[in-house]
Amino acid sequence: MQRALESFGRPRSHRGLAAALLAPLLLAGCAGGVLDPKGPVGADEKTILINSTAIMLAIVIPTLVAAFAFAWWYRASNTRATYHPDWAYSGRIELLVWSIPILTILFLGGVIWVGSHKLDPAAALPSKAPPLEVQVVSLDWKWLFIYPGQGIATVNELVIPAGRPVHFRLTSASVMNTFFVPQLGSMIYTMNAMVTELHLQADHPGRYYGRSAQFSGDGFPDMHFWVRSVSPAEFAAWSAQTHAAGPVLDMPAYAALTRQSQNVKPFTFRAVDPGLFQAIAMQKAPLGPGPTTGRGGPEVSPRPAG
Amino acid sequence: MRLLGKLSWEAIPFDQPIPMIASGAVLVLVAGVLVYVTVKGWWPYLWNEWITSVDHKRIGVMYIMLGGLMLIRGFADAVMMRTQQAMAVGHAAGYLEPEHYNQIFSAHGTIMIFFGAMPLVIGLMNFVMPLQLGIRDVAFPTWNSVSFWLTATGALLTNVSLFIGEFSRAGWLPYPPLSEATYTPGVGVDYYLWAVQISGVGTLISGVNLTTTILKMRAPGMSYLRMPIFVWTTLASNLLIIAAFPVLTATLAMLTLDRYLGFHFFTNEAGGNMAMFVNLIWAWGHPEVYILALPAFGIFSEIFSTFSGKPLFGYRSMVGATLFICVVSYMVWLHHFFTMGPGGDVNAFFGISSSIIAVGTGVKVYNWIFTMYGGRVRFSVPMLWSLGFIFTFVIGGMTGVLLAVPPADFVLHNSMFLVAHFHNVIIGAVIFGVFAGIEYWFPKAFGFRLDERWGTAGFWFAFLGFWVTFMPLYVLGLQGMTRRLQHVDISEWGPWLYVSVVGIALLMVGAACQVTQLVVSIVHREELRDLTGDPWDGRSLEWATPSPPPSFNFAIMPNVEGEEAYWFIKQRAILQQALAPEPKYRPIHMPRNSPTGFVTAFFASLAGFALIWHIWWLLALALVGAYGVFVVFAWRDIHEYEIPAEEVARVDRERRDARVAWLQAHGAFG
Repeated sequence: MQRALESFGRPRSHRGLAAALLAPLLLAGCAGGVLDPKGPVGADEKTILINSTAIMLAIVIPTLVAAFAFAWWYRASNTRATYHPDWAYSGRIELLVWSIPILTILFLGGVIWVGSHKLDPAAALPSKAPPLEVQVVSLDWKWLFIYPGQGIATVNELVIPAGRPVHFRLTSASVMNTFFVPQLGSMIYTMNAMVTELHLQADHPGRYYGRSAQFSGDGFPDMHFWVRSVSPAEFAAWSAQTHAAGPVLDMPAYAALTRQSQNVKPFTFRAVDPGLFQAIAMQKAPLGPGPTTGRGGPEVSPRPAG
Repeated sequence: MRLLGKLSWEAIPFDQPIPMIASGAVLVLVAGVLVYVTVKGWWPYLWNEWITSVDHKRIGVMYIMLGGLMLIRGFADAVMMRTQQAMAVGHAAGYLEPEHYNQIFSAHGTIMIFFGAMPLVIGLMNFVMPLQLGIRDVAFPTWNSVSFWLTATGALLTNVSLFIGEFSRAGWLPYPPLSEATYTPGVGVDYYLWAVQISGVGTLISGVNLTTTILKMRAPGMSYLRMPIFVWTTLASNLLIIAAFPVLTATLAMLTLDRYLGFHFFTNEAGGNMAMFVNLIWAWGHPEVYILALPAFGIFSEIFSTFSGKPLFGYRSMVGATLFICVVSYMVWLHHFFTMGPGGDVNAFFGISSSIIAVGTGVKVYNWIFTMYGGRVRFSVPMLWSLGFIFTFVIGGMTGVLLAVPPADFVLHNSMFLVAHFHNVIIGAVIFGVFAGIEYWFPKAFGFRLDERWGTAGFWFAFLGFWVTFMPLYVLGLQGMTRRLQHVDISEWGPWLYVSVVGIALLMVGAACQVTQLVVSIVHREELRDLTGDPWDGRSLEWATPSPPPSFNFAIMPNVEGEEAYWFIKQRAILQQALAPEPKYRPIHMPRNSPTGFVTAFFASLAGFALIWHIWWLLALALVGAYGVFVVFAWRDIHEYEIPAEEVARVDRERRDARVAWLQAHGAFG
């Protein structure tokens, strides 16, 4: 963990007008996060973030300057300012005050339209290599990553090959969560009985912090994981090694996994039931049972029978 | 079946010092107040003049007092959240268990929106709008009292949960399936549901009441396009209440059926659909933002105009922008879950519709700026809040539009950036607006001004405190920190969390200044006394009444002849060197006070408590009681009383004399 924290601290330089306008926010980028992206999705999103901010600052700054300049110049004690006690309408100014926001939003609307389609989480990333398939299940309160191609699974650690897109299919075994790796880009909800899709890619080897972004109960703060991006060769070696030892993720093992637990240390399964993800998504596998106690004991729970 | 349902001694958190100390302090305080009131013999006065009052001004003041109290309660939660996160960085655990922390952030949001901001805004609308329309009361005065007391019931139930049982641990909007009985057993979510449902009925009634008042009861000559802009924003806000609150009620009713009777609207099992809850709750939730913000915009409009000594710039444009926001606010709800994967077309549509709202708000900002242009700007406390608002709100609006850009939202959703954004707009617009409005209309309500020095100090501490608290949260959001974390394991986030604690300390100083301001002003009320009824040189009809206004508001219904009714009357008086000739005074019929609201709310509180704890006999008793109140109210014979013409004449002559004296003293009369 310490090494990863150090990687957050690496300083980066930024250029350009937008960057200058955003200087205070970009200083924050030094500590990693969404302004220090490590993949194409995150990089595009950072660009849109900065461009949109710059477009808006172009009118926000003059507006604020005008507000305070007018307030100051027309202060009651300023004898040099002329008083127009009845001036309350000007067609030209009306035209201007409607046009400025409309034109800005028109421009930004273009950014939104293009960006929403290009960065739709379900859209595949352009790449020669076929994406790595990963199935994600949010549990109370840990993450299960199933690699259908490799027949292995991990808990609270995601290992991916650098430079190759990853196609995530996500669902939840209990409550809603959001799968989020700030430095790789887009987050997405996980919901029981539904499958969401997400495409991400890490450009280089590294370790990236990931977590749930949707509050999911008492164990939520520790519902985080590390993404380890490794070279393709290392990935192959890792998956072979994982395949060699460890427990098997069958239905009983999965049922045990659905019970509530917090701050679970990462571990791996050497084999996984190939129909497991589908079974979870189709509610053929047991659901997360939830807590066994509430204040005043289980009898206070108005849980319906069955 | 147990006599007390699920209620037992186990419900009292004896093992947890923080709620025990807090609720102990509250109980001692409440008991102290009750004893003091009894010793002083104030009960008849309180009962006759306030608790049973159906006067819109009294009810407005009570709404604001309730909102102010709840604002303090919600702020205490905020202090705990900020300090807990700052104390739980790295391997530290802080001082609040997740079980407790999760209740605190859920209670903070619930209390601040439903029992802080809403009562404050509804209180101001209640107090000001009928005065601005030149009328004597709202359309349904007793209903108004019922609305207030049902809101108070919700606030009471929420606060009772501190001591008996627990509050929801599922967030201020209880997303299923976490809020379903399977994942959050216990009474917390039930407290939330019944508190919000009961107060929601009150809010809906209030919305119908105020809308009817504006549509049907304006003074002669007060056409729609002569209404003050605050009335317009009140109308837009109440139309939103009427359309949106039933959605909230229905959505929470479905969740209640899931929890109580084993339905499957939003459960994992049996075809429940939690995404439907999220859609429905935001179909209410986004209009709710504008229910709060639009009246605040109206307040700022009044203040910019009054303190610039000019009419509002582009009045019709402002009305248009208000209605534009009112309508478009219904078409944006999906931006709260761009990250659920709705697809490019849907996200783009809602992204663009969300940012289009900024056209309406942008026009408003420009019109406020041009209202100051060519004016004589007085920097009194209401104006300080308004200028602070422009700065804060424009930045908050900008981060809001940023969040409306789906690809940006994909990395900022549910982050501390989002937390910073919505506090930026809710505090910057709604809370600043309410404070500005209270400073502005306080002399009208009580006949004396608030102390300027403490008010100025309160503003600066709140303004700086706001930025020092929330600027770090923007940074943390960009660093990938998500909201609602009971502890944070990335130590680099620590310093920003510490800065935020400094900010909340400044906010505490600001809150203390404002409480001091109130106390100092009451002590020095004779020096701060305003006899004219028009301390700010106002422009709309509320300033035509004495301060505080008599129960009947206007001796004679004013005849409105232009956009700024009172400004016109004042200018004509100066021009003619005389007030308008004394009218012929007639007796006035006013609605009688009624305990209906209070007694209904008493039974509603019992019913809510009984439902939360499954005490069915108590529920039956409460429902029978509430029905009894309805029957008694429906069968009353006398519902008005008469104020004799002499009394009306006496009050109005006093006002006229004070007015003439003021005009002579200021050289307006030769």
